Amino acid sequence: MQARGTGAPYTGATSNPKEDLTMLRFLVTLLLLCLASAPIAAEIETGDAAIDAAFAQLLDRNFDVKAQGVAALAASGHPKTGELLRGILESELRYLKENGRLVWMQKRDDGEHAIDALSGEDYGTYSSRKFKKFPINNAMRGQLRALAAELELHDADPTVRLRAVNAMLDNVEPEHAALFSGLLEKEQDAAVREAMSSVIALARLSATDPAERRKAIDDVSGSLEPAVRNGLTRLANSDPDKLVRAEAAASLRKIEDKVRLYGHVETLFFGLSAGSVLVLAAIGLAITFGVMGVINMAHGELIMLGAYTTYLMQQLMPDMIGLSIVLSIPAAFIVSGLVGIAIERGIIRFLYGRPLETLLATFGVSLVLQQLVRTAISPQNVPVSNPEFLSGLWQINSVLALTYNRLYIFIFCLLVFAGLFFVLKHTRLGLQVRAVSQNRSMARAMGVRSARVDALTFGLGSGIAGIAGVALSQLTNVGPNLGQSYIVDSFMVVVFGGVGNLWGTLIGGLGLGIANKIMEPWAGAVLAKILVLVFIILFIQKRPRGLFPQKGRAVEG
Amino acid sequence: MSAVQEFFRRDRVFDFMVPKVVDGLDLSHGTVLYMEDVSVAFDGFKAINNLNFYVNAGELRCLIGPNGAGKTTMMDIITGKTRPDVGTCWFGSRMNLLQMSEPEIAQAGIGRKFQKPTVFEYHTVFENLELSMAGPKGVWRTLRARLSTAEHERIDEVLTLIGLGDEAKRIAGALSHGQKQWLEIGMLLMQNPLLLLVDEPAAGMTHQEMDRTVELLTSLAGEHSVVVVEHDMDFVRALNSRVTVLHQGTVLAEGSMDQVQNDPKVVEVYLGE
Amino acid sequence: MFVFKILKGDRGGQLFLLVLLAVMVAVPVMNSLPADNPLYLSTYTVTLLGKYLTYALLAVAVDLVWGYLGILSLGHAAFFALGGYAMGMYLMRQIGERGVYGNPVLPDFMVFLNWQELPWFWLGFDQFWFAALMVFVVPGVLAFVFGWLAFRSRVTGVYLSIITQALTYALMLAFFRNEMGFGGNNGLTDFKDILGYSLQADSTRIALFLASAAALGLGYLACRGLVKSRLGRVAVAIRDTEDRTRFIGYKVEHVKLAIFTFSAMLAGVAGALYVPQVGIINPGEFAPLNSIEVVIWVAMGGRATLYGAVLGAIGVNYAKTWFTAAFPEVWLFALGGLFVLVTLLLPRGIAGLWRRKEESAS
Repeated sequence: MQARGTGAPYTGATSNPKEDLTMLRFLVTLLLLCLASAPIAAEIETGDAAIDAAFAQLLDRNFDVKAQGVAALAASGHPKTGELLRGILESELRYLKENGRLVWMQKRDDGEHAIDALSGEDYGTYSSRKFKKFPINNAMRGQLRALAAELELHDADPTVRLRAVNAMLDNVEPEHAALFSGLLEKEQDAAVREAMSSVIALARLSATDPAERRKAIDDVSGSLEPAVRNGLTRLANSDPDKLVRAEAAASLRKIEDKVRLYGHVETLFFGLSAGSVLVLAAIGLAITFGVMGVINMAHGELIMLGAYTTYLMQQLMPDMIGLSIVLSIPAAFIVSGLVGIAIERGIIRFLYGRPLETLLATFGVSLVLQQLVRTAISPQNVPVSNPEFLSGLWQINSVLALTYNRLYIFIFCLLVFAGLFFVLKHTRLGLQVRAVSQNRSMARAMGVRSARVDALTFGLGSGIAGIAGVALSQLTNVGPNLGQSYIVDSFMVVVFGGVGNLWGTLIGGLGLGIANKIMEPWAGAVLAKILVLVFIILFIQKRPRGLFPQKGRAVEG
Repeated sequence: MSAVQEFFRRDRVFDFMVPKVVDGLDLSHGTVLYMEDVSVAFDGFKAINNLNFYVNAGELRCLIGPNGAGKTTMMDIITGKTRPDVGTCWFGSRMNLLQMSEPEIAQAGIGRKFQKPTVFEYHTVFENLELSMAGPKGVWRTLRARLSTAEHERIDEVLTLIGLGDEAKRIAGALSHGQKQWLEIGMLLMQNPLLLLVDEPAAGMTHQEMDRTVELLTSLAGEHSVVVVEHDMDFVRALNSRVTVLHQGTVLAEGSMDQVQNDPKVVEVYLGE
Repeated sequence: MFVFKILKGDRGGQLFLLVLLAVMVAVPVMNSLPADNPLYLSTYTVTLLGKYLTYALLAVAVDLVWGYLGILSLGHAAFFALGGYAMGMYLMRQIGERGVYGNPVLPDFMVFLNWQELPWFWLGFDQFWFAALMVFVVPGVLAFVFGWLAFRSRVTGVYLSIITQALTYALMLAFFRNEMGFGGNNGLTDFKDILGYSLQADSTRIALFLASAAALGLGYLACRGLVKSRLGRVAVAIRDTEDRTRFIGYKVEHVKLAIFTFSAMLAGVAGALYVPQVGIINPGEFAPLNSIEVVIWVAMGGRATLYGAVLGAIGVNYAKTWFTAAFPEVWLFALGGLFVLVTLLLPRGIAGLWRRKEESAS
């Protein structure tokens, strides 16, 4: 398992190490001497006699001679041979007519630069007409490809080797089996070994002996490489031998099963990450609604404030996106938490025991907050950029890749949950919160300042909404309506999980996320959402107190 | 084979053959309420534990017991608010209370007065009594209902009985605690139930009021069956009836007040170990 | 007479119905005046007033379940919109060949989506009587099924509010889908005429206004009659102490179901009258915000008074019209502030102020 690079195209010029200049001068002088004595009009003058000779053949009109030149070049033993071969293959290697240097043409602002292919020296700008290509034909392409790959297969860098092996996968010849078997013995790197095994198997899939092919089918069973699957499909459809066809088909089915399994894993992962978003959005609500019994319709807007805090932090430090995200977490907690406390002190505390009125008043607050953002910042969505470490994917195998942002959101959700759980179970505030939520007057009699606890609890729930906003800013558009789209979902999660039960919120949220993603492929995103809503409505009929209800006399009364 | 025999037993009555709600109360055996082997647990706490309790027709029965003995839970089971985990509960010998809903039980003739007086706070005293009056309570019948002269007189009668004749037009929420207690008793009388469950009627009452309550409850017995839950021992003594002591969800002792008071088990429970 | 018996003791209601009658006479007269007369009322204003009246009827329906039964429905806009859609489907079928595509049977959006034939649920909507029936039946059935499920399992209070909100939210998402066959995003619009009369004609507008006023008046009387009956007293009993009501033998679920369904039908009627006046119905009508707005009209006017709901609906909507024209960006601040202030400072609404005065005077 390793992070696959984004696959920068093969460009020899930029990766050339600087060579020793004195050495170069010496070589150049030597070359000039050689040339002076050479009767043939060799146009290529690199300073390496073997290379010069090979390229001279390459410039011959006869393609047989050219092929000999390619072979000679491959045999030259020069460290850059691989790059040169690929350069010829991809028509990127040029030579300068005026001095016979092998160069890469590199576009810069001031025109085309000629960069020496061997030394990396910059000869300055040339008109593009001064560059000449090496003409090749198809037969030569195959030869070049094979030779380049072979050279790269022996490269010291395992990533180069892996790339070379993977490049082979698309056109495997039967004789590759032996070649790669030899290489495999010496290979140390696990990823390269795996790729090589696939090539060997593929090569043997094309073996002439049906028995050999069947054995190969047996060996590749379970491989997820697309090339292997293609090979098997080819055998299953058009192999002359009936047994081979049957076995290939069976093996293919097995692979398909495995692919399907990984597909399920992927759905599960998508579901978990979607569920994490729900949990993050709902968990603050689980506190204000579940523990305090307060319906806060402005909860979505507290999430929105968190997302906008992220946006503002990025405006403050545009050059440090990663840092700004990290700093946004506490900042959003504080911003949303303070707004939450203000709402509690200013409005909700006058409405305790009147849940429906609380609902209406906080709904009013949500409208005001939305409009406030529209007026103060912008009615449009604002751009929030993603830091480096959140982009990219984790390629587990050729059919399963997990994107980092979804992975992080899941981990982040669990961390927030654990943190909250810790606060509620193991701190003084948590103890007081639980005491007040169970029996307000008793807690007050025991010396708990219930008003202060209410404010802090509400602040805690709101602050977590803010943190959820930071996470959401990385996944969706940040706009004034951000909160609205999450409020119904959040309530559903809390009610589904069972009010007053944090675990219920976690399980409920993740469960709903997964259910949503499972249904999406066949029902479509919107219908899946409707189905989930209908399911919850029906579920509440059956279990009005949610998945994990609170029991006992206190509830009955 | 034995399973098949069981199936074809001639005296066997299948559950689904027994009608859920039957008209008319069968008191031929002289027992109005049967509760047998009833248990109910909340989160592992056994509120009622293997309880057996019978009430005879026309009997006045007092139920006492320390806090948490399961008195209120027992009433919840009888009135259908709580379903027991195991056990049976019959009203007369034909009505299975466990299969009836609260309104069905109430319509069948079980009335209840709550521990905390619960009246309809935004209705007048008169309306409170009108709503609890026995009679058809379906949606359509209620919509079309007009108060007949006889019904009006019956309400006036009860108003006088509970001493709220002058308060008829007042909002019930404005009554004092004691008046609410009386109003609730009045609502119970309007329902005219066969079995009255009265939870702590004396709480918040003066001594004179208590005496009147005792008088009322004793007069009701005979025609009705009455179960009274009470903490006030003087009140229980005044009722002069059979007493059942409940403790940890089971019947600890049963008998006259004197018998019960001298029962060493009861003394231990009340005075502590 | 029956009406007088219902209104006995309801001073607010008496006053409201008198004003309503006066408006029903005055508006057509004022509309027929020459345009330069200072008392002239433009047809635009008449239609606007008609729209307010349908809102008022919706508010009365909400007040019936919230004020008297204690069910805070955050989904009544769904019933309103369903009634509206039923009427919209009739109006859509009336367009006939005058649509952009000129298809005599299929509405434009279906032609656009390449539908070959009318879906089964559109059948019959070319008949006014059928559409009118559906205005009652569709919201009624939905309310009945939803209520049956919810009340039977004793979902109450805030939970119920939230699932009513989920209901309307789910319907909104559903109606946004083109596959549903209700015009998707754009909804139903471009109506031409109703019962053969052009919707653009002043006389039709006046007639629709009068119909809305009559519906409001009748709806009010029906609700008042219900509230004054013993059933109304049972409803209030349920609102205040649900358990107690059960223990004296009322089947709480049945009472709730009956009144909730009736209220949903009223909302459906309001929606059906709303659509021809505004000329469009789209899924936006299902938005949860709309339902909550209705609740604030009722809270503003005064809960459990019925006439307060009318007062609140017209007052808030007049303010909305004024604000959105004069200071569009301030409207949400004002509405939001209204929510907070009414719940904090005016728990009994405007009608409550008046009643308090009346009580202290008597």
